[in-house]
Amino acid sequence: MSDVLLIRGAELWGPGPDGMPGTGARADVLVRDGVVAEIGAVSAPKDAEVVDADGLVLLPGLVDLHTHLREPGREDAETVSTGSAAAAAGGFTAVLAMANTSPVTDTGEAAERILDLGTAAGLADVVPVGAVTKGLAGEELAELGLMARSRARVRVFSDDGRCVQDARVMRRALEYLRPFDGVVSQHAQDANLAGPQACCHEGEISGRLGLPGWPGVAESSIVARDVMLAEHTGGRVHVAHVSTAASVDVIRWAKARGIRVTAEVTPHHLALGTELVTGYDPVYKVNPPLRPSEDRTALVEALADGTIDAVATDHAPHARHDKEHAFADAAFGMLGLETALSVVADVMVQPGRLTWSEVATRMSVAPARIARLASHGRPVAVGEPANLVLVDPAARTTVDAAASQSLSRNNPWHGRTLPAAVVATVLRGRVTARDGRALTAEEALA
Amino acid sequence: MTRHLLSSADLSREEVEAILDTATEMHDVQRRQVKKLPTLRGRTVINFFFEDSTRTRSSFEIAGKWMSADTINLSAKGSSTSKGESLRDTVQTINAMAVDALVIRHNASGACQQVAQWVDASVINAGDGTHEHPTQALLDAYTLRSHLGDLDGRHVVIVGDLTHSRVFRSNVITLKTLGAHVTVVAPPTLMPSGIADWSKADGFATAWDLDEVLATGDVPDAVMMLRVQRERMSGGFFPTPREYTVGYGLTRPRLTALLARNPLALVLHPGPMNRGLEISADAADSAASVVLDQVSAGVAVRMSVLYHLLAGSEGAAA
Repeated sequence: MSDVLLIRGAELWGPGPDGMPGTGARADVLVRDGVVAEIGAVSAPKDAEVVDADGLVLLPGLVDLHTHLREPGREDAETVSTGSAAAAAGGFTAVLAMANTSPVTDTGEAAERILDLGTAAGLADVVPVGAVTKGLAGEELAELGLMARSRARVRVFSDDGRCVQDARVMRRALEYLRPFDGVVSQHAQDANLAGPQACCHEGEISGRLGLPGWPGVAESSIVARDVMLAEHTGGRVHVAHVSTAASVDVIRWAKARGIRVTAEVTPHHLALGTELVTGYDPVYKVNPPLRPSEDRTALVEALADGTIDAVATDHAPHARHDKEHAFADAAFGMLGLETALSVVADVMVQPGRLTWSEVATRMSVAPARIARLASHGRPVAVGEPANLVLVDPAARTTVDAAASQSLSRNNPWHGRTLPAAVVATVLRGRVTARDGRALTAEEALA
Repeated sequence: MTRHLLSSADLSREEVEAILDTATEMHDVQRRQVKKLPTLRGRTVINFFFEDSTRTRSSFEIAGKWMSADTINLSAKGSSTSKGESLRDTVQTINAMAVDALVIRHNASGACQQVAQWVDASVINAGDGTHEHPTQALLDAYTLRSHLGDLDGRHVVIVGDLTHSRVFRSNVITLKTLGAHVTVVAPPTLMPSGIADWSKADGFATAWDLDEVLATGDVPDAVMMLRVQRERMSGGFFPTPREYTVGYGLTRPRLTALLARNPLALVLHPGPMNRGLEISADAADSAASVVLDQVSAGVAVRMSVLYHLLAGSEGAAA
């Protein structure tokens, strides 16, 4: 592959050199040595690989604040390498890998190990998330500072999968992280209101199905507590996978009050409803659970108006034998990296709720800012790192779970036809995926 | 007739009535000295119980044997997760032995519905978690019908731990299918979530006050008391067993009040009973109690269900 890449005639929807929103102006983008070298009408250098981008949308490479790559510990479900491939296929150039592996990412060494596995895979920047507490036990702070000072430069900390229940521990974490500019990404779930058995939204459907319910208030009450703790400490809190209208109201209120809070929503909470669990298919079992339409409407509005800053996938691969149990016994979680952009196009762009420029903000600029990633979510401008994604907005694709780059098949989008497709993903000037397939190491080097 | 019996909602009124009519024939067989029918000779029925059960399992076993099926009982206590085998693997292993019917009791709601997608055998739900127990609802309907005749317009009151009751969930469907009116009574903490919308959509009434239901409005033709599980008593759903009995037990004064309004009213309980808690000894042993009729009907109804799912259309008790 050539070191020089010319993207010809793309619509530029990422922020411009001045940081102002993109307008979709057509231009050629020349990438050389991993950075954007020229924008405008560019004649192809003779050594350049040319990509015809007529009618395609160019965005800064997507950044996912919330992925589970399962390595170390469950390499039968996903590895850093296969997860990176799924990320590249989905248009991501950076993913934050959650700490709930085995062992847990709760030391600097563990964080550096994840970073190095990501570098070796070479398909996306894999940024470790550090645990807030040792072993995710919720009791003692993990080595937050050593993780922050490690080569992995950890800035996002989360016990995701579990909530930091103890208000005093949460308070200490928010305070202690201030010198590092770190953020606690909280999985908001009051364990007394929604225990480990809670497996679907508490409402009429859970009542009829006889499934232990997960009431929305178990989330919003923790969000309310956490924003007050953020105000008290001056720390930064990020609400992971917001799923209820009440949580959105709390976040909106807290932002208006000047509290340092950010929030993410998953594509599945935007698009999929609690009624899907009626058939007891564990592919729809996820934590927090799929919610009713009132919540989804509020999430869509909050993502549109910016109350929710970012879309994050909560990509959660699981081996078949961990899903093929009775609903109550099956593992929580669903795949998301490869379908995220298409779902956002479906729910947000096509109905006119977000422009492609705003998609760039929600899926790249804002998550990169929240995670303090210096080289992602950047303007598409001369001198900037060439982390880019090229999207065909007119494409329509029927999702095939068997075709996934992930090792797992717990794909709730299987069989659905979704708009927009990733044509190419570019990481520091190198193409990492084309037409929904990550490049193999040989192809990448060819 | 459907191939599986997973939910009471799988059965139309005609199908419920056909099962109950056949059960009447089966009940006659039960009274013969030689109880064996050749109907299911050569068929294999596995009673696969992932959760303890005495009456449902023995009732299915006897039903299968009287129909001449080869009946095998398997128990797999605890979830299969703890053994490292998926539910799918577990049931496909059994299914691979060419069984005709899998009677499944599982501690998780929906398990039977999932299993039905993975096997060729007919799946009969013998109780799945806190979801449904369709054969219990059929035997309750059989018992009610044998005492009351047609259930159209009859009023049945169901009292107790609705949240965790599969008996309630199946009964409310089957009773409605047969045209009965249903009122369910429980303290708010034992009402399933969303029951306000659910009861409106499905046309049954809800109440918190048992005395009011017994004393006013539609005269009850039957009162079904649900078992209160031991583990709920310390689970914060209500303060003490004593307080529960005062609010929701079928005590002697309540039985008297019920019979004063309707001397022919029936008392049902799916068993096992907590005497002194949800039902007083007076009520359990009164002439109004049809608890043992329910048990007896259990075998006949399960014979009928096996017959309708597995056998051809020839006369059942011929």
